[in-house]
Amino acid sequence: MEKFQKFTGIVAPMDRANVDTDAIIPKQYLKSIKRSGFGPNLFDDWRYLDRGEPGIDNAERRVDPDFILNKTPYKYAQILLARENFGCGSSREHAVWALTDFGFKVVIAPSFADIFFNNSFKSGLLPIVLNSTVVDQLFEELKAHEDYQLSIDLENQIVSNSAGAQIPFEVDEFRKHCLMNGLDDIGLTLQHAEQIKSFEQQYYQQSPWLK
Amino acid sequence: MTALTLYDKVWQQHVVRQEEGGTSFLYIDRHLVHEVTSPQAFEGLRINNRPLWRKSSILAVPDHNVPTTDRALGISDPVAKLQVDTLDENCTSFGLTEFKMTDLRQGIVHVIGPEQGATLPGMTVVCGDSHTSTHGAFAALAFGIGTSEVEHVMATQCLIQKKSKNMRVTIEGPVGKGVTAKDIVLAIIGKIGTAGGTGYAIEFAGEAIRNLSVEGRMTVCNMTIEAGARAGMIACDQTTIDYIKGRPFAPDEKNWEAAVSYWNTLHSDEGAVFDREVVIKGESIEPQVTWGTSPEMVVSVNGKVPNPANESDSVKSDGIKQALNYMGLEADEAIEQIFVDKVFIGSCTNSRIEDMRAAAAIAKGRKVADNVRLAMVVPGSGLVKQQAEQEGLDKIFIEAGFEWREPGCSMCLAMNADRLEPGERCASTSNRNFEGRQGQGGRTHLVSPAMAAAAAVFGHFTDVRKIN
Ligand code: SF4
Repeated sequence: MEKFQKFTGIVAPMDRANVDTDAIIPKQYLKSIKRSGFGPNLFDDWRYLDRGEPGIDNAERRVDPDFILNKTPYKYAQILLARENFGCGSSREHAVWALTDFGFKVVIAPSFADIFFNNSFKSGLLPIVLNSTVVDQLFEELKAHEDYQLSIDLENQIVSNSAGAQIPFEVDEFRKHCLMNGLDDIGLTLQHAEQIKSFEQQYYQQSPWLK
Repeated sequence: MTALTLYDKVWQQHVVRQEEGGTSFLYIDRHLVHEVTSPQAFEGLRINNRPLWRKSSILAVPDHNVPTTDRALGISDPVAKLQVDTLDENCTSFGLTEFKMTDLRQGIVHVIGPEQGATLPGMTVVCGDSHTSTHGAFAALAFGIGTSEVEHVMATQCLIQKKSKNMRVTIEGPVGKGVTAKDIVLAIIGKIGTAGGTGYAIEFAGEAIRNLSVEGRMTVCNMTIEAGARAGMIACDQTTIDYIKGRPFAPDEKNWEAAVSYWNTLHSDEGAVFDREVVIKGESIEPQVTWGTSPEMVVSVNGKVPNPANESDSVKSDGIKQALNYMGLEADEAIEQIFVDKVFIGSCTNSRIEDMRAAAAIAKGRKVADNVRLAMVVPGSGLVKQQAEQEGLDKIFIEAGFEWREPGCSMCLAMNADRLEPGERCASTSNRNFEGRQGQGGRTHLVSPAMAAAAAVFGHFTDVRKIN
């Protein structure tokens, strides 16, 4: 995984609550056995006017010009500003892969669904929780400036805008560490293989029916 | 000794290691695998040359992509076929237990786990699927994980987790006649909202929950994720133990007594503290129907579609407008006046034998209404199908004009050929009414199996309590 570094990027608004994983990446694309290539089908049902299927050339499809991510400058957005309960629904990590493949590095929302939140860190997407008043305010500022940009500083846990406003955010230490160093957490866990083995020994003695 | 909740107990049993700040390595007992969320995980293992930590913990089955029509013909969609073939190949090369598409034991992953006795009380159960919460009905800690975590469990038998908070939802007193597990869980989601359980593990308790069969308890826990919580749990009791006895993966006689005596401790202690408590009176719950595009958009069958003008919060009011627009409904429309085009009885929420029986009881001696283009019943597993056929339920359905299909996820998420066309309205026993869930432009109303069967034979939503 790539190291997560400080950056400044365009913010795209997704102004609705409960954006679910079926909307983020519709099921027909889950038939893929790969981890990449989901970006062109991010928000497929909203982005295109015709029905998409895996294997179809997306460049040939009818695009909905009114959908936010089809407009300039949002086509190039790296930060998604969203509402409550973003990423609810299924466990499909494809939702995260579609967002990162499109170019997003950060999603800001007042709340996230648990599984989506967890999955994000595994693929280098940083979900930032800000309280809903702050999120409201960001939506307002975005409305006023089309090419609104934010800077994300994970190390210092600060979101800032060009006017100099600084908004702190919380992030779990362990996850921050993994994200900043691009660490594969399977490797980290396997460093404790002996401890897992000794746990097992005692565990199966206690619960032999699980063996 | 401090009083512990059921969740606390099962969590504690499985902590291998705890980091500063509370991040824990949680040991995983059972890993269920299906074709959609596993290929990238197997690929990751191969690339990094990592072996599986504990093969015997894995049980695999294809379910999302399989056709529900004649299995002998194979899968016609080449992309879907590749995914199912990939699962078969991975299971063969890694030496895993898999129920292949043509195996009698094949079915929806959350139906077959319990059916085989592969889900046991006190276990940690994971699967790359959010409805893994279903298995919490056995006092197991069960939750859905993403593909990276699937790979993590395969390679280490552990998950890196932070403990959730505790919530208890108590249904006080019994529910009325004709009110099912599905109605209970929809009513709970209606009350706490789709984000109400975010960050919590929910324990379902109270008389109405205790009165449920294990099948009904699975229906309730299944939809915990729709309430925002990854895991839902119900205490172990004699009903649970009786269900497990004699199943293929259940403990053998030698270990049975020891297992049962441990299982009998799997309930929240007297005086255990919950971070949040919700209480609902059983008698207040009526048969439920969702009207919108989120499971929290739900009312009783005697209710009406809401009016956005009555909502003061502008985000909510916009949400209602968007949903009504997508669903093709008018504000204040009576639920019983809504006519449906299709009916789907199936999914990991409601495709077990009890669900088949409940739907058949309504279908018996009646005919599917003329305005209903397709009414389909998709049993949750080959064994459920066999049992239903032994009871003659298939004949009841077929005589009434329903289609009787092969097991799988089917129109719950429409990855196979079973789907809604744009604008079609469906009474469905599944768990998600999101936009496009059952097919692009399709309109889903979530209901219980009896309510779905009633919608099929009357052509519109009908209170099952009025039917003889
Ligand atoms: S039946 Fe539906 S909800 Fe259940 S596992 Fe299959 S697709 Fe998911």
